[in-house]
Amino acid sequence: MIKVVKKNEASALQANLLRIGSCLAALLAAAMLMSLLGYNPLVVYSEIFKGATGTLYRFQETVNKAIPLVILSLGISVSERMKFSNIGAEGQFYVGALAATFLAFNLPENIPAVVMLPLMMTAAVVAGGLWCLFPAMLKVRFGTSETLVTLMMNYIAIKWVSYLQYGPWKDPKAYGFPKMPKFTENEIIPKVLGIHAGWIIALVLVVLVYLLISKSKLGYEISVLGENEQTAKYVGMNTTKILLIAVLISGGLCGAAGMIQSSAIEKSLTDSMSGGLGFTAIITAWLARLSAPAILVVSFLFAMLLQGSSYLQTALQIPAAAAELLQGIILFFVLASEFFTQYKFVVKKSSKGKGAAV
Amino acid sequence: MSWLNAVELFLQTAVQMGTPLLFGTLGGILSEKVGHLNLGVEGMMLMGAVMGFQVGVLTGNPALAVLAAGLAGMIGALIYAVITITFMGNQVVTGLALTIFGTGFSSFIGAGLSGVSLPENVQASLAAVNIPLLSKIPFFGPIFFQQSLYSLSALVLAVLLYVYLNKTRYGLNMRMVGENPSAAEASGINATLYKYVHILAGGFCCGLGGAFLTLVFVPRWQDNITAGQGWIAVALVIFATWNPLKAIFGAYFFGMLRGLGFKLQSGIPIFGHNVVIPAQILDMLPYIMTIAVLVFITMNKKKENQAPAWLGSPYFREER
Repeated sequence: MIKVVKKNEASALQANLLRIGSCLAALLAAAMLMSLLGYNPLVVYSEIFKGATGTLYRFQETVNKAIPLVILSLGISVSERMKFSNIGAEGQFYVGALAATFLAFNLPENIPAVVMLPLMMTAAVVAGGLWCLFPAMLKVRFGTSETLVTLMMNYIAIKWVSYLQYGPWKDPKAYGFPKMPKFTENEIIPKVLGIHAGWIIALVLVVLVYLLISKSKLGYEISVLGENEQTAKYVGMNTTKILLIAVLISGGLCGAAGMIQSSAIEKSLTDSMSGGLGFTAIITAWLARLSAPAILVVSFLFAMLLQGSSYLQTALQIPAAAAELLQGIILFFVLASEFFTQYKFVVKKSSKGKGAAV
Repeated sequence: MSWLNAVELFLQTAVQMGTPLLFGTLGGILSEKVGHLNLGVEGMMLMGAVMGFQVGVLTGNPALAVLAAGLAGMIGALIYAVITITFMGNQVVTGLALTIFGTGFSSFIGAGLSGVSLPENVQASLAAVNIPLLSKIPFFGPIFFQQSLYSLSALVLAVLLYVYLNKTRYGLNMRMVGENPSAAEASGINATLYKYVHILAGGFCCGLGGAFLTLVFVPRWQDNITAGQGWIAVALVIFATWNPLKAIFGAYFFGMLRGLGFKLQSGIPIFGHNVVIPAQILDMLPYIMTIAVLVFITMNKKKENQAPAWLGSPYFREER
């Protein structure tokens, strides 16, 4: 009979090796599936790699995809660290973009970019933060599950953007197409080294979040609160205040990601601009074990997978959906492998059946 | 009279629009009642939608199509169950991963299915029928009982699930597993088995919900055909406070809202004014109302309305 027993917690090195091992196992499993479907897995993988990094343009596209993923994952990691399960990144992303767009459409066009962009960014951070603060307040006040409220609020935000796109903010000059006007030059994040400056923001934020969590008092408090709320209260921390500040940061970061995406990539606001990144970021944050530097690496690898797979269709006539299948398979393996950092299976000979187990 | 007929017709459509939601919600309830929050509903619905359609096209057999849909959802649930029960993986992340996987799976399989139509006989055998006697009830008869047997089965399933949960020993045991698996095990219940069985059954329901769209309602395959209905179902589980009977009401009500969204785009006359309610605002309502319900039930702490206590937490069966 097979039993599950606890083992000594795996060291960080062991855990990471395990995770890499499970990724390889996933790639192997996916390869078997591909061969079964009649594709050569080696060709598929090399096409994905080429699709992500083969040319300068493709590499830039990969970075473009990684930027929002990094920032969203950072946002999620802050709240997740205190066991506040924020699955509302998607919604915070949209309200951030929405607030920035509101300013872009309503402030005069002659404001220089150095003023305009920070204004838009501030609005986005505040909006995203408040969108995350609401579920946190419900949790503090009534004990309402933040997992479910943040999830619901995603769809409220998306539908709100949709409403504006199809209604009041629709571009009258778009021949009836439901889209908003484009931003003007002063509202678009400029390019640095061929990629929009969001990459610099993302890198800076990685460092800042790392410092916040690892070196600051607030970060320490957040971690203690996440480990054990009772302990945090016992040592005299104001747990409510810490929670509310941390969710403001968390939502604010997600809002910032939305502003960057709308300003630099869409150059407008659309109800489909995230493409589910807010959910993907939960996965990347989790894969990175909420560590800021690891988020950078994992998000980039994920962006490579997303970008590279989009070339499969043209290169090998494989439906683009193969990317999602592959993502799913990798995730399943990694999720299951976490188990082995804490537990192990042992085979026991059950000699006397039930009686022996008591 | 024509006015009444229009309302009748509208509500008939509302029941159809509520049917996939009801299946998804029942699936969600089955899973959450044993303590597992499965955010993969959307993914499982899509898996069911595409496989039901594919098998329907290949075999021309409606029963096999429906069965395949349920099994496809069940396979999705099996992946989720293995990871979250046996490997004690993170439920939220696993559910999200399942939705990504299911979406990819359905688009992958469905790539060759766009433009294909369902065989006539499959469509015919799933078309609306008049249930003897019941469909003769004035007003309500046509709304609820002049429907496809597929729609009706959702209704029947909800009632059965209610009875199962509240009136049988298995249902009681199952709820205990969701409330406190250790206590359940102490009283001799095999928590792991209960979890597997109900999560898989939940996946089967979700698969059926998705395939209702491709086999009855649309009936075609379109990429991402559920368009977020799986998420509405996740909301509905809470809206219905984990009660299958309330789920019937909730699903048809949300179905009606969806139907209303299409109707109201051109505006309705109210006291001589043409009032336009944007569809997107109506689309928001399910989520807003779910948050309201969630806040309400956590505020007033009535015991029968609460979420299963163990919802979302992994359970490690200690060596005894």
